[in-house]
Amino acid sequence: MESLEEIKARITQAIPAAQLEIIPNPGPANQPSLLLDHDQAAAVALFLRDDPELRFDFCSNVTGIDWLDRTVKKKVKVKKLVEGEEKEVEEMQEEFFPGCLEAVYHLYSMALKHGPLVVRLRTSDRAEGAPLPSLTLVWRSAEFQEREIYDLYGIHFDGHPDLRRILMWDEFTDFPMRKDYVEPDDYEYEPTPHDDVLEKAKQHYAPRPASDGAEGIAPQT
Amino acid sequence: MSETIDEGLRSELQKQGIWVTSMQELYNWGRKNSIWPLQFGLACCAIEMIATAASRYDLARFGGEVFRPSPRQADLMIVAGTVTKKMAPQIVRLYNQMPDPKYVISMGACAISGGPFKQGYNVLKGIDRYIPVDVYIPGCPPRPEALLHAFMELQRKIDGQKLSGPGQADFLKSNTPSEYPVPAFGAHDLEPPANPDLFHPPAIERA
Repeated sequence: MESLEEIKARITQAIPAAQLEIIPNPGPANQPSLLLDHDQAAAVALFLRDDPELRFDFCSNVTGIDWLDRTVKKKVKVKKLVEGEEKEVEEMQEEFFPGCLEAVYHLYSMALKHGPLVVRLRTSDRAEGAPLPSLTLVWRSAEFQEREIYDLYGIHFDGHPDLRRILMWDEFTDFPMRKDYVEPDDYEYEPTPHDDVLEKAKQHYAPRPASDGAEGIAPQT
Repeated sequence: MSETIDEGLRSELQKQGIWVTSMQELYNWGRKNSIWPLQFGLACCAIEMIATAASRYDLARFGGEVFRPSPRQADLMIVAGTVTKKMAPQIVRLYNQMPDPKYVISMGACAISGGPFKQGYNVLKGIDRYIPVDVYIPGCPPRPEALLHAFMELQRKIDGQKLSGPGQADFLKSNTPSEYPVPAFGAHDLEPPANPDLFHPPAIERA
């Protein structure tokens, strides 16, 4: 398989309007991924599927991520004037990443036996029903998994043929995999609570029995 | 009633070829040796239940091999596996459709309390929140021997049920319900989250 940079270059050649970004992975897996823009996502997906060199005909997995607002501190070497001399000084810089919801697609090629290629789509914010373009029309196997992401994260996939809840019931209004989800308070019987569960179970503890007044009576002498 | 017959006399009569019994004994003997379970499984515990019914462990030795595909023909509900909140109303409805006398075995950690998924958002914290349970089997999943043990415990319970007099079995009393309300799907959880008439968790006192 070509490297991600080569794939990106060929996509921009074929679809000039596509805005692509390579997301590096600093972890031990070192598996960079490709961030697509909403408008050209379907066209890029079709290119990835149909290009004779790539032929990503199998979308094995689609999953969601909930990113909260976060600031990352980085040490950056900056050239500064210190006492009239120009020196390299290490400086802490804070970078702010606004929160968003993300859908991650893992693509493989059955025909050419290569993969995975990781493709990402990001919403503009964490609002309920934030839209993303659906890739179900390119890979049919994404249908149920996009429904699952809609069910658990609340991402609205535009162009999905049948966007309903799949795991939770239709009357359910929450999105349980979001980080700000508050689960129902049914901790009334927790025989061995600890940590978070202990704190929640404490709300249900019966008050200690009222004292019967015997402790106020002084022993007779 | 069996209490009115002298055991020694009965044994003596039996040696002479006369078998004396009571309606209650005969009735319970028949019931306990042909418990027909409802055929459904929810998770990995169901695989152990299938193994129990198959030739190696052979539930047929206890008269329980006739798994029925309809609740109308079943005596026993083996809740084998994780009960999700989406599945719970259907379980209660199946229980309601079973004719009396009916029994419930809660098989495995999930059916008892939610098990490893207890703190999840979509798993019911024990089927005893909605229907009465006769025998609980711990384990994750319980081995087939444990299910056989539960079966024998249930047989023992059926054998001890009285048809009349004080301590009459619950299913014969007209005032005990044989159906329980089916929970509804709510916006955040099942409504109600437990049947208050049935589910009485022990009060926990801690400082």
